[in-house]
Amino acid sequence: MVNRVITGAHYGFGSWLAQRVTACAMAIYSVLFVIMLIAIRPGDYEAWHGMFVPVWMRLATILFWLSLCYHAWVGVRDIIMDYIKPTAARLVAHGLVIFALIGLAAWSVQILWRA
Amino acid sequence: MAISRRQYDAVVVGAGGAGLRAALQLAEAGLKVAVLSKVFPTRSHTVAAQGGIGAALGNMGEDSWLWHMYDTVKGSDYLGDQDAIEFLCREAPQAIIELEHFGMPFDRNDDGTIYQRPFGGHSSNFGEKPVQRSCCAADRSGHAMLHTLYQRNVRANTQFYVEWMALDLVRDAHGNVLGVTAMEMETGEISILQARATLFATGGAGRIYASTTNAFINTGDGLGIAARAGLPLEDMEFWQFHPTGVAGAGVLITEGVRGEGGYLLNKDGERFMERYAPNMKDLASRDVVARAMATEIKEGRGAGKEADHVLLKLDHLGLETIEKRLPGIREIARKFANVDPVRDPIPVVPTVHYQMGGIPTNYYGEVVVPGADGPNTIVSGFYAAGEVACASVHGANRLGTNSLTDLVVFGKATGNRVIEFLKKNPGQRALPADAGDDTLARINRLDTRKGGEDPAQVARDMRRTMQFHCGVFRFPDTLTEGVAKIREVYERAQNLEIKDKSRVFNTARIEALELLNLIEVARATMVSAEARKESRGAHDRADFHERNDVEWLKHSLWYREGDRLDYKGVTLKPLTAESFEPKARVY
Amino acid sequence: MKIRIQRYDPDHDAKPYMKEYDVQLEPSDRMLLDALVRVKEMDDSFSFRRSCREGVCGSDAMNINGKNGLACVTKVADLKEPVELRPLPGLPVIRDLYVDMSQFFKQYHSIKPYLINNDPAPQLERLQSPEDRAELDGLYECILCACCSTSCPSFWWNPDKFVGPAGLLQAYRFIADTRDQATEARLDDLEDPYRLFRCHTIMNCVDVCPKSLNPTKAIGKIKDLMLKRVV
Repeated sequence: MVNRVITGAHYGFGSWLAQRVTACAMAIYSVLFVIMLIAIRPGDYEAWHGMFVPVWMRLATILFWLSLCYHAWVGVRDIIMDYIKPTAARLVAHGLVIFALIGLAAWSVQILWRA
Repeated sequence: MAISRRQYDAVVVGAGGAGLRAALQLAEAGLKVAVLSKVFPTRSHTVAAQGGIGAALGNMGEDSWLWHMYDTVKGSDYLGDQDAIEFLCREAPQAIIELEHFGMPFDRNDDGTIYQRPFGGHSSNFGEKPVQRSCCAADRSGHAMLHTLYQRNVRANTQFYVEWMALDLVRDAHGNVLGVTAMEMETGEISILQARATLFATGGAGRIYASTTNAFINTGDGLGIAARAGLPLEDMEFWQFHPTGVAGAGVLITEGVRGEGGYLLNKDGERFMERYAPNMKDLASRDVVARAMATEIKEGRGAGKEADHVLLKLDHLGLETIEKRLPGIREIARKFANVDPVRDPIPVVPTVHYQMGGIPTNYYGEVVVPGADGPNTIVSGFYAAGEVACASVHGANRLGTNSLTDLVVFGKATGNRVIEFLKKNPGQRALPADAGDDTLARINRLDTRKGGEDPAQVARDMRRTMQFHCGVFRFPDTLTEGVAKIREVYERAQNLEIKDKSRVFNTARIEALELLNLIEVARATMVSAEARKESRGAHDRADFHERNDVEWLKHSLWYREGDRLDYKGVTLKPLTAESFEPKARVY
Repeated sequence: MKIRIQRYDPDHDAKPYMKEYDVQLEPSDRMLLDALVRVKEMDDSFSFRRSCREGVCGSDAMNINGKNGLACVTKVADLKEPVELRPLPGLPVIRDLYVDMSQFFKQYHSIKPYLINNDPAPQLERLQSPEDRAELDGLYECILCACCSTSCPSFWWNPDKFVGPAGLLQAYRFIADTRDQATEARLDDLEDPYRLFRCHTIMNCVDVCPKSLNPTKAIGKIKDLMLKRVV
C-alpha cells in the first residue's frame, strides 16, 4: 500500500477558532456563575434549584455545556489523532467520543428542564 | 571498491552564490543537472557576506557602470582583465534587479527603490568622491542573497546532492573534462558523476591561513582538484586581508560599518586613515586600509595591552542606525569581542578574507589555459565561476561588494555558456577505462596508511607557515624560507594517517582530503608570491616596494607538476570602453 | 574542561553511549565550537557538522546541556561542567552529532519557500516602502539550523505532518512580503489540523532560537490573517 502523508483536511482553522470562542463562552459563564454563587450562597437543594429557575440562566448553562462539549471534542480529537494511528481504530474512537459528548449534552438539557 | 556511475548533462560543484546562480540557469533550461555541495546549500560561505552587492543602479545619486569599472580596474591595481571587468560592471545592475525579482529582501529608500550604501574604493566620476553603490539587506546581504537563490532553485526543482564532496576531475586523453569523482559523505561511497559539462563553484581556500574570516569548509577543493588534473592556478599570490576582522576571533566586521560612517582609530585616538588616503580616508580600497593598519601596529600605535590591533569606532552612528543597518555587527561584536559597539569601539585586525586568484577563466566562465590556441586555450567541458575562478575581475585586490556581484554575474553567464555548449555537443564522450582509479587509490592509501602524519598537526604547521611567511607585508628572506617550509609541509601531507575507519560521515577522512587540497593552494600561493618581484595590490614586498608594470603587468600561472610558474599577459582592452591605462594609485 | 558527548557509529556501535573528554583549552578558545575542534584533534572519530563558526550558516546546532543551540556562539564560560552534548532531539541520529535533517527540510520545502508573483517582471526593481520591507525583519534572518523545530514537542510527535516553527516562520516571511501574490494559496495550504494548528504555543522555539527570532509570533500572525479572511 502507498503510505502517503496526507494533510489538507481544511478544518484546522474552524476548530482552532471554535476552541477559542467556546473557551470565551465558558470563561464568561464561569464568572457569571461565581457572581451568582456569591449573591445567592445556595445552602440547600431548594436554593440551588432556585438559581436555575430563570430561563436565561438555563439558556446560559446549556450554552456552557454545549461549549464544553465542543471544546472537549476538539481537544480529545487532537489527542486521538496523536496517539491512535490506524484509521479504523481512530474512526471508532472519534465515534465513541462524539456519542459520549452528545449524550452528555442531552443529559444536561434533561437535568436543567426536568423540574 | 566498486565505483558507481551516473550521467548528467551538467554537474555543478558547489552551491554557494555562483553555483546556485548557475544551477538556476541550467535547471530552468530543463537540463539534467546535479549540484554537489559539502553542506546544505544555505550553509555555503556566501551566507556570511555582509555589506552588500555592488552595482551602479544610481538609486542614491548619479552613477554609471563605467565609473564602477574604473574603480574596479584601479582597485585591482591594473592586474584585472578589462574585458571581464567591463562585463561585470555592465551586467551588475541587471543581476541585482533579477535578485530583487527573485524575492531578495533588499533594504529600501523612501521611494521604494533599493537602498545603496557607500563602500571602500567605490567612487563617482573616476575617483572624485565616495559613491553609494552597495545594494544591501542590512548587514546580512550574503545570507539574504544565498537564501533567495536557494529558494529560487527549489522553485526550479534543481537536483541537489547535499553532503557530497567532489574529489577529482575525470579527463580523457585529449584533455576534455568528462565529470568528477565524488564521495557521498554519509556513506563514504565513491561515484563517477559523468557530465557533458562540469562547472566548479567551490569557493576559496582561506583556510590555508591561521587567521581567516573564512568558514571551515573553505578548503579550496576546486583548486586542489584542478591542480591535480594538470591545470594551472592563476595569481595565487594575491590574498585579500580584510581590514576589519575581530581581533583574536577572525570573524568578519563588514566594510559597511565604515560605509555607514564608522572609522578606524589608533591607540592615540587618531583617525589615521586621513594620513594614508586623504580623499577616500577609511573608504580607500582594502589593501590600502589593511596595510595602513598593519603599519600603525608595526610602528607601535596599536591599541590594547599587546598593541596588536586598532579600533573601529561606530558609536557616533547612534543606536537607531546601528540597529537598522548593522544589527548583525552588533551581535557579532557582543559575542566575539565582548563590546557593544553602541558604546565602545570594536578591536579589529587585518584578516585573510578572499582569494583573488583561482582557476583561470575567460568572462564566459570557460576555463582557459596555455595550449594549442595560445595562452587562453579553452579546456573543453570545464567551467568555473565565483571565488574559485580567476576571470580576472579582481586582479591584485578586490573591491568590497564585487565578490557577490561576481557570483551572480558570472554564475549566470557561465550557466548560459554551458547551455550553449550543450546544444552544440549533444552526446556524452566515452569515459577512459581507468576513470576514477586515481581517486580510489588515493582514498585507499589514506585509509590504510599506518605510522603516518597527524592531519591536524600538518594543517596547523601549514597555517602557521602561511600566516608568518606570506602575510600583509612580505619580505624576501621569509618568502624564500616560506617556500622551503611549505614544500616540506607538502611532503608531510602526502603521508597522512587517519584513525577513524568508519564509512559513515568519516570527517577525519574528509578533513584529510581537504588538507590535500589546501596544501596545493598554499604551495601555489607561496611559490607565486616569492617569484613576484614587485608590490601590487595585496602583494606587498619590502624589497620591491613599487609596482613594476614593465616586468610584472602579467598573471602568474602555477602548475602543480614540477611546482613551477608560467605567466600570461593582462587583457587591457575592454569590450567597448576605452582602456584604463595603468597609473599611480592614490585614494 | 570536561565534555560528555553522545557517540554513535553505526559501523561499530549497537547503540549510542556517552563519552567523556577532558580538553585543554587555549585562551583563544572562547566558544564551545573551539572546544569541539580540540576534542576532534584528540579523537578524530568524533563527527559533527560545522562551518562558518560565527552563527550564520546554521551547521552546528546541537543539544547543549539539555537546550538546543549553536556551538559556535555558545561561550564555554557560560556552560556548566561537565557539558553534556547530544544530537538535536527528535531527528534520526546517523552518527555522533550528525542527525538526518531531511524531514526538517521537507517541511521547509512544503511551504513553497520562494516569492510567487506572476505579473510580468518590470524593467527595474519592484518597489517596496521601507515600512513594508520592515515587515520582513525578524523573519528572513532564519538560518535553518533546526534548533526551534527540534525543540518543539508538536514537531517531535508529528514531524511528517506539522510544518514546525522554522517552516511556519518562512511561510509568514512570504505572506508578509508585499511583493508576494500567493497569500490566499499559502493560507489554504496551512488550513489543516496538522500543518499549522499543531502549534500549541509552547514557545520552546522562541526560547532556543540563536538568532532571537520569534516563530510563535509569526504563527499568531498567520492565524490572525485566517481570522480576517472569514470574518
